[in-house]
Amino acid sequence: MSNPEVPIVKLPEDPEQRAWLYRPSSIRKLWIGLYVLLGLTVVAQFGVHVHDHFGVDGWFAFSAAYGFLSCVSMVLFAKGLGYLIKRPDDYYEPKDESESGEGAADV
Amino acid sequence: MFEMAFPPAFILMLGALLIALARPGMRPVIVLLTPIVTAYAIWQLPDGVLMTAPFLGYQIELVEANDLRRLFGTMFAMMAFIGGLFGLKQAKWYELAAGYAYAAGAVGVSFAGDLITLFLFWEFMALFSTVVVWCGGTPAAKRAGVRYALMHLTGGIILKIGIEGVMIHTGSIEIQALALNNFDTWVVLIGVLVNAAAPPFCAWLADAYPEGSPFGTVFLAAFTTKSSVLALMLLFPGEPVLIWIGMYMVFYGIIWALLENDMRRILAYSSVNQVGFMIVGVGIGTQMALNGAAAHAFAHNIFKGLLMMSAGAVLYQTGKRKCTDLGGLYQSMPITALCGTIGALAISAFPFTSGFASKSLINQAAADQHLIWIWYALTAASAGVFLHAGIKFPWYVFFQKDSRMRPPDPAWNMRAAMILFASACIVIGCFPNLLYQYLPYPVEYQPYTGEHLVTQFQLLLFSGLAFFVMLPLMKRTLTISLDFDWFYRVLMIRVAQLLMRVWAQLVGLAEALWARTGAPVAQRMKDWHLPGGLLAQTWPTGSMTVWVVVILVMVVVLGQR
Repeated sequence: MSNPEVPIVKLPEDPEQRAWLYRPSSIRKLWIGLYVLLGLTVVAQFGVHVHDHFGVDGWFAFSAAYGFLSCVSMVLFAKGLGYLIKRPDDYYEPKDESESGEGAADV
Repeated sequence: MFEMAFPPAFILMLGALLIALARPGMRPVIVLLTPIVTAYAIWQLPDGVLMTAPFLGYQIELVEANDLRRLFGTMFAMMAFIGGLFGLKQAKWYELAAGYAYAAGAVGVSFAGDLITLFLFWEFMALFSTVVVWCGGTPAAKRAGVRYALMHLTGGIILKIGIEGVMIHTGSIEIQALALNNFDTWVVLIGVLVNAAAPPFCAWLADAYPEGSPFGTVFLAAFTTKSSVLALMLLFPGEPVLIWIGMYMVFYGIIWALLENDMRRILAYSSVNQVGFMIVGVGIGTQMALNGAAAHAFAHNIFKGLLMMSAGAVLYQTGKRKCTDLGGLYQSMPITALCGTIGALAISAFPFTSGFASKSLINQAAADQHLIWIWYALTAASAGVFLHAGIKFPWYVFFQKDSRMRPPDPAWNMRAAMILFASACIVIGCFPNLLYQYLPYPVEYQPYTGEHLVTQFQLLLFSGLAFFVMLPLMKRTLTISLDFDWFYRVLMIRVAQLLMRVWAQLVGLAEALWARTGAPVAQRMKDWHLPGGLLAQTWPTGSMTVWVVVILVMVVVLGQR
């Protein structure tokens, strides 16, 4: 299924000569754009009245803070769990016969 | 055209057979027409039980239709069509045939009027989905297919035990809401949940789906879990235990997807996450929640199909499947990148995409029922979906570092399939009533309020901020993550090896014991009983006469007293 004839290009030495998305100057612009968007979504809450379902969720910018904090905690939790459950990606590959099938044998 | 209710599933089965038999030139026509005819037949079905047949002394109901069943049946026919179009010329003919037979099983389950019919089509799906996994063609796909088949055949047996219990104890094979108050119904529930990838059976999905071919995975992502959601809606609506099962799946999907490096396995974990949302909806069980589960199943099939197609296109064009090898592909595959990104936004319930219209129903149902913690958890999970699928998938595949690969967009039929579904995501998102009107209950919900838009944009965009702030922590590694399947892929084998060693020890011990105590006894027995032994000699008839005389004398002597 693979296509061994994938064209591979050489990248210019100067990062500012690369595709627009990879130039440090445009990455800076993208960050500024993101901050502006984030600011707008929060400011927009002055324009609409957010009804609360359960009290706290009616607070100003609750969704913004809740979205950010829950994502940060999920990433941190995943990172911590990763130390416990991550294995090399050939972990389940069948081992050579010489290794007598000890350990990560496969069905 | 169909005066009598011809089971729509049989049309797809016939199509699968014809794909196998037709000459190559005719195949694309059959592939594209069969699902359309199936969908047409589905929409000709009036409500109610339409076709019965005697089977093993029971009157089974091959076709029973209502709004919910028609919605799922249409969705499955649509998925067969898109899978067929996507793999029209690139997929092997037997893969398409197996995919269509698999779809036939799902359509059959959608219209099954009784538990026996449900079970038969259920097993039909298990068989042909295994073939689709095997069509991945690699040794890894072969092994994953065996594990997949074992899991689903076991699930089928569990389901059968439950169904037989229900049949014997209630005398009814009707598909109706079952109360979870006895062994039989619990076993039915467990059998159905195996196919939904509920814990502790969640590992099979992320194990098998990413091993399919770029085309087979589109079929795999469409049928098994969604037909299981339909079965849960029909059999166990409003069972509170489903809320907790669904909630586990929601967060399991997010966490495992965050750790994953294989692009299609990220999407597979995200399927568990999305099915979790649906199962929470079934568990809440109000009309709003069931509408939400049905709508989300429909919307999810479209955007997950789209995501799997964009990942399949990348795999087909580059031969690479790991995030660590990919990146920067938007430059040479703009259509695939755009469609994949639309699918990613839709799965994240971004406003003006289909996910926003469907998932909001489930969240609203939780709020309406004053399920405070459920609502908070679902909202956190919605943010997490944007994190693990909405940004992570397109970011690592199409953007991030430049992999320097410049493969072109795939062939026209693959592009057409992706564009079709990307458009569907946006059209349903902008005009949710197109979907709402086909839901099982009337919908009185307006997703597009200023309030909802502001809170949703805040939630998602700040999740996006979290992604890019935490990016250094999410550096991709060449790893997999252990799961419940570790118990049967490693632990069980180690235990078996241990037991075999213990057995060998026991045998050795028994042999030693035998040599010391048993063997001398056996030797004496041999000496006495084998030919030439004392007790095995032939004696002359005369000696018998002598003994008879001796006994006679004793009897006479004793008898005189």
